[in-house]
Amino acid sequence: MPLPYLPNTDADRTAMLREIGVDSLEDLFKDIPQKFRNTHFDLPAPVSEMELKRELGQLAGSNANLDDYACFLGAGSYRHFIPSVVEHIIGRSEFYTAYTPYQAEVSQGTLQSVYEYQSLICQLTGMEVSNAGMYDGSTSAAEAALMACAITNRAKVAVLATVNPSYRDVLGTYCGARNLPLVTLESETKEFPSDCACLVIQQPNFFGYLEQIEAHVQKAHDAGALVIAIVEPISLGMLKPPGDYGVDIAVGEGQPLGIPTSLGGPYLGIFACRKEYIRRMPGRIVGKTLDVDGNPGYVMTLVTREQYIRRGRATSNICTSEALMALAAAVYLAAMGRRGLRHVAELCYHKAHYAAQSIDKLKGYSLAFDRPFFKEFVVRCPAPPSEINQALFKKKIIGGLDISDTVENGMLLCVTEMNTRQDIDSLVKALGSL
Amino acid sequence: MKHHYLLPDISKPGRMGCSLPQADVPASELPSEDLLRRELDLPEVSEVDLVRYFTALSKLNYGVDSGFYPLGSCTMKYNPKRHEDVARLPGFTALHPYQPEDSLQGALELMYRLQEYLTEITGMNATSLVPVAGAHGELAGLLMVKAYYQVRGDKGRKRILLTDSSHGTNPASVAMCGLETGVVASDANGDLDLNSLDSMMNEEVAALTLTMPSTLGLFDPKIADIAELVHKRGGLLGGDGANLNAVLGRAKFGELGFDYVQLNLHKTFSTPHGGGGPGSGPVCAKGQLADFLPGPLVARDDRRYRFASPLRSIGKIASFYGNFGVMVKAYAYLRSLGAEELKQISGDAVLNANYLKEKLKPHYFLPYDRTCMHEVVFSGKRQKAKGVATLDIAKRLLDYGLHPPTVYFPLIVSEALMTEPTETESKETLDSYVAAMEEIARDAVENPEVLHSAPHNTPVRRLDDAKAFRELDVRWEMKGQKK
Repeated sequence: MPLPYLPNTDADRTAMLREIGVDSLEDLFKDIPQKFRNTHFDLPAPVSEMELKRELGQLAGSNANLDDYACFLGAGSYRHFIPSVVEHIIGRSEFYTAYTPYQAEVSQGTLQSVYEYQSLICQLTGMEVSNAGMYDGSTSAAEAALMACAITNRAKVAVLATVNPSYRDVLGTYCGARNLPLVTLESETKEFPSDCACLVIQQPNFFGYLEQIEAHVQKAHDAGALVIAIVEPISLGMLKPPGDYGVDIAVGEGQPLGIPTSLGGPYLGIFACRKEYIRRMPGRIVGKTLDVDGNPGYVMTLVTREQYIRRGRATSNICTSEALMALAAAVYLAAMGRRGLRHVAELCYHKAHYAAQSIDKLKGYSLAFDRPFFKEFVVRCPAPPSEINQALFKKKIIGGLDISDTVENGMLLCVTEMNTRQDIDSLVKALGSL
Repeated sequence: MKHHYLLPDISKPGRMGCSLPQADVPASELPSEDLLRRELDLPEVSEVDLVRYFTALSKLNYGVDSGFYPLGSCTMKYNPKRHEDVARLPGFTALHPYQPEDSLQGALELMYRLQEYLTEITGMNATSLVPVAGAHGELAGLLMVKAYYQVRGDKGRKRILLTDSSHGTNPASVAMCGLETGVVASDANGDLDLNSLDSMMNEEVAALTLTMPSTLGLFDPKIADIAELVHKRGGLLGGDGANLNAVLGRAKFGELGFDYVQLNLHKTFSTPHGGGGPGSGPVCAKGQLADFLPGPLVARDDRRYRFASPLRSIGKIASFYGNFGVMVKAYAYLRSLGAEELKQISGDAVLNANYLKEKLKPHYFLPYDRTCMHEVVFSGKRQKAKGVATLDIAKRLLDYGLHPPTVYFPLIVSEALMTEPTETESKETLDSYVAAMEEIARDAVENPEVLHSAPHNTPVRRLDDAKAFRELDVRWEMKGQKK
């Protein structure tokens, strides 16, 4: 049967070949040497739409879908409530079937949405300018480090040991690519090296607790280094934003803002900085202007930073990024608004503290850090967390991340507004009965 | 259509765009004041105003669902609706990257099969799905090349050769890797100049990166000679797979002599572009190079799937495993097609491009008059001689309700109009595009003013880029906001 994606009929094809002046379709492929054209492709036979939906329904159905579990995993990917408006708006095909807005006159929907996104990210982070988004939190952090090296003309990057290890790995890959040494500093470090371009710090950190960030900022700035803060956007509903403690570049994982956890992607890299550094930023930036009739409109601006103009001298190689995810984040932030985001943050805070206090009372369990935290905390368990998690899973509970490689029998738990008191009580009960 | 307001304009204290539950746990003491934020100046909008605002914005956009989108090298083919539905199944979206592998077997099986299909289609040995965009995949490929020579103790190979028609991301990715770029010239036919390659291909060169077919839409018949020369001098041949659509189901990169190739699932495999992402840029590699792929990959032991990193992986390049949601759509595309159907896709893609080439050749200068592959590059230089720039032609196309081709690229064609119709367009659509382009060519001579002043009936007209640059306005502030 004809493929629904191919509108040409055999009669059309014959007519077109005649117009072109060749006898057969094969004649159009004659530049590919004959010996390469007789190859075999071992692929399964195609299925109809009905069969496809059945097959994918089965594949999807064989996963443990978090909607059926009480889940306490975080560590860089977070379950938060997504209002229906988000999916409905990003599901409009005028948004999702468009390309990067190279033709501004017919891309104002995308461009104005990016301008909204940039503005909302600035409001949230307290930073002066934002780009249109990067791949994810980890690559945002890595590109921020490269940017800091370019600004300071220094060739070494410092990162705190309390930064998410996965982010430190990505930083290592990106810095290694440019032969820039990456130094890991302990959180309590007194001395800051004099030759580093930047300090990368996470607030709240990987273990969930708040760093004494102002002291770190002071030390790094005294040494002439920039400060890159990796922030968690929901926490900024109540916690002091990076713009208020003087960081130079704020990055973070945008996924909590209306994007499902989706096994790790697609996500969104938040990237905001001081205005004086805007020309060093990677990625797209949208600016407001006027058209020839004097009507306001939006365009991609400062494009001379970008690879398609500047090629090898661009600030980054990034081209296709995560535009639709940035739209989701913009819709989410607008839907939450001033009161909603604060409320979500407070729900996370109170539920996480309720869970932490309850677990701390259990025999054999204790909180690993006596420090203020937001929605994540580390518990020392009486047995290896991997064993505990297996037992929890049987009770339809997905426990926290096993971090026994850094904290003895340590489990990193995350509690959000998605966890009901009942979820938390069953977790506590299950832990206590193991 | 005018749309001059922004979110702060529909914000009013007391409005709410969402409904949230009350706390069901006792309140805990808040952290000390110095850790808390004082104000959170986000707009307050109602749900209905929010929906209308973004719906109105969407109407200012042009997507593949709106009409013809022949943006060269971007493969703007139709995005099947069934993909959107299956990718939104909760069994795919409500998965945490760190939940136990045993609870992810369906997702891992899908990833494993997609790896296998892409490996087969490209004729390579292994595939990493981790890179989330084409340029991300390029970066991964070059890091693999770099690591490959480091392991061999060959420290002198610091240069990557590119062609003068390469994508801008190519040299930018080379720079990200701390390597240098050498540019190989094209010959009079638009193919790679073998003499130029011969003179440049020395022991300082790590790899030649080729887009095949090239950004001129041409397949280089000397590909086997190119691969042989590169390999004989100890180099690797890398592929930018942006134009895979042209050879889908017909030839394999591995057999052509490429050592690795980076793909774009958002081009060839029909996942939507989203206005600039999310994409997915898998890297497929052959032989020893496969040991360096960015991890984690999905491996299979007996009947169980698990994440595993290759022996000498270049390491992590993203937080998790890649853009899984995009992979689901590409998998759905491949399952809806078989080997024979893939061949039909490249067949119609190439047929459509050659049809446009023949029909438009009388009206626009064709710098390389030979059979093209999936795209054809015209030059607007005849029109330019009359004072009409390619930009004017592009803007005039908007008045016809058509999206223009890629303009001013590749750089080696002056006033370039790089046109990629894709296989999902009918002869009727192509004919209407041809009719518009003919009329524009006529107006360029008889009525150039209508081109200079185009577009006329778009939501906004030509925008002042210089003003945007000079008077940077990249965000709003709320009314009365403290600076």
